Amino acid sequence: MKKLLIPALLSALLAACSTTPLPEDGGAPVESRSGSGSGVAPVTAGGLDASGLPRELTDPKSKLSQRSIYFDLDKYEVKDEYKDLVAAHAKYLVANKGFKVLLQGNTDERGSREYNLSLGQKRAEAVKRSLTLLGVKDDQIESVSLGEEKPKDAGHDEAAWSQNRRADILYKAADGRGEF
Amino acid sequence: MSRISRRIFLALALSLAGLAQAQLSIEITGAGANRIPVTIVDFPGDPTAARVVTATVRADLERSGLFKLVDNGTAAFDENAPVNHAEWKGKGADALAAGSIARSADGRMEARFRLYDTQKGVSLGGAAYVTNNSQLRAAGHRIADFIYEKLTGEKGVFSTRIAYVVKARGQFLLQIADSDGQNAATALSSTEPIISPVWSPDGGRLAYVSFEKKKPVIYVHTLASGQRHIVANFKGSNSAPAWSPDGRKLAVVLSKDGNSQIYSVNADGSGLQRITQSSGIDTEPRYSADGGTIYFTSDRGGSPQVYQVGASGGDAKRVTFEGSYNVSPRPAPDGKSLAFISRREGRFQLAVMDLASRQVQVVSDSNKDESPSFAPNSRMILIATEIGGRGVLSAVSSDGRIKQRLSVAAGDVREPAWGPYYQ
Repeated sequence: MKKLLIPALLSALLAACSTTPLPEDGGAPVESRSGSGSGVAPVTAGGLDASGLPRELTDPKSKLSQRSIYFDLDKYEVKDEYKDLVAAHAKYLVANKGFKVLLQGNTDERGSREYNLSLGQKRAEAVKRSLTLLGVKDDQIESVSLGEEKPKDAGHDEAAWSQNRRADILYKAADGRGEF
Repeated sequence: MSRISRRIFLALALSLAGLAQAQLSIEITGAGANRIPVTIVDFPGDPTAARVVTATVRADLERSGLFKLVDNGTAAFDENAPVNHAEWKGKGADALAAGSIARSADGRMEARFRLYDTQKGVSLGGAAYVTNNSQLRAAGHRIADFIYEKLTGEKGVFSTRIAYVVKARGQFLLQIADSDGQNAATALSSTEPIISPVWSPDGGRLAYVSFEKKKPVIYVHTLASGQRHIVANFKGSNSAPAWSPDGRKLAVVLSKDGNSQIYSVNADGSGLQRITQSSGIDTEPRYSADGGTIYFTSDRGGSPQVYQVGASGGDAKRVTFEGSYNVSPRPAPDGKSLAFISRREGRFQLAVMDLASRQVQVVSDSNKDESPSFAPNSRMILIATEIGGRGVLSAVSSDGRIKQRLSVAAGDVREPAWGPYYQ
């Protein structure tokens, strides 16, 4: 949404410039003078990031850059607080049928590695179900598990474990470029 | 002999690959109650070679926890010298082994030995093993296996190998070592995790799960050549391989139809068949020694428990009932017991069920036990556990009495798999 507003704002300003004199403190909108000192917030409209994906999937300001869904201990249902996020991804995938996602389920480190692999699979499957219920095609989704093998937090306490009970969404564009 | 030559080839193939090494060290932390007193006299011949062989034999017997070594002093005589049985009986040795090392015509080393029962004053037999000079330890393991079998009535496992995964400096190394942790060689190194290695019954191949494709995929890897092929890479996760006893099939776990379910597939990846049909998780399959049954873990009853199903499917029977978390079933090669991991008061421990009486005994005193693996003679079980925050391997006798710990200096060791007998 923000991305659409900025060009609109710029053209409004340009239009303003052509008809009225500049205000005394200068014409360009200045959001902040702190930081690097240029006072210009860099914005790229559209385009691809390093992995070849559209910026709207990776720009931290975009909701679609949020790719992790966290789960409670021994739980495999997508919690209500993640419904909007899953819906945003579903909407994107329905609108962009050439894109595919890899859903990677993860668990904390306790217990059998292979059983944890199956538990992580259950988490990935839960996200897949939510996406397909919202109209995403089955062949756009692959759900897999990394079990306890790729912890986001290498610690051995509840704070670490809660970070590791997670499903991640990875994107791949139609041209094969992307995150998996 | 051909087996030993094959070992040499394997060692060469692995070291030529120029892969990283990480040496396992072994610590004995428990021994059997009634140990057989035995003496190994020094072998005449090339002193360096003789020392390698006798030291290997003595270390093997000692480590097994079933023997007490009686000091031989400076006694050194070969397999043909007369033995003063009364003298050795008097020193407390029930058995004695004597031998010699000689260089054979082709430049290799020949280790000869004979074993005696000093109580009865008789020879229990002997053998000769020819090896390359760099493989003298292999001859020592063969001699120790001979002594072990003659004195306990069970086959020895000193000449077997183990596989395990080392995680060090962001690398995952699938390694193969002798059962005493020596001669470690890396078969596969990867920046992504490697789990669940299992030996083919002929000891020449490993099946395992590698995450190198950003998801779990099952490979079969021929150790001598380093050749590997994918056995299962279906949509979803592919994991938990287990060889059928005839080495022709693998039981695998696939999520291609939703949750994890058990299938069987030929070792070349063809002939996929579904074995279990449940709405929950079915995983960690293992064939019974006779190949007729598959033990596995399932949460179909609400908590993960061990079940049993016919090797081609059918109705499953629940096997474990005590507690709310019993996983990783491993039937013993002798068919008499089942090892598994049981969670009790927050501790994950190695448990053994006697399959006839269904009695369960916890046999470890650690609390993060994982991935049990029986020695081919069913006497010892190798597990992964954690000591002081580090991943180590521990070998525990199936009665819990004898314990050994195997660790590497700079890394975590996990996912052990004990290989089959030499063939």
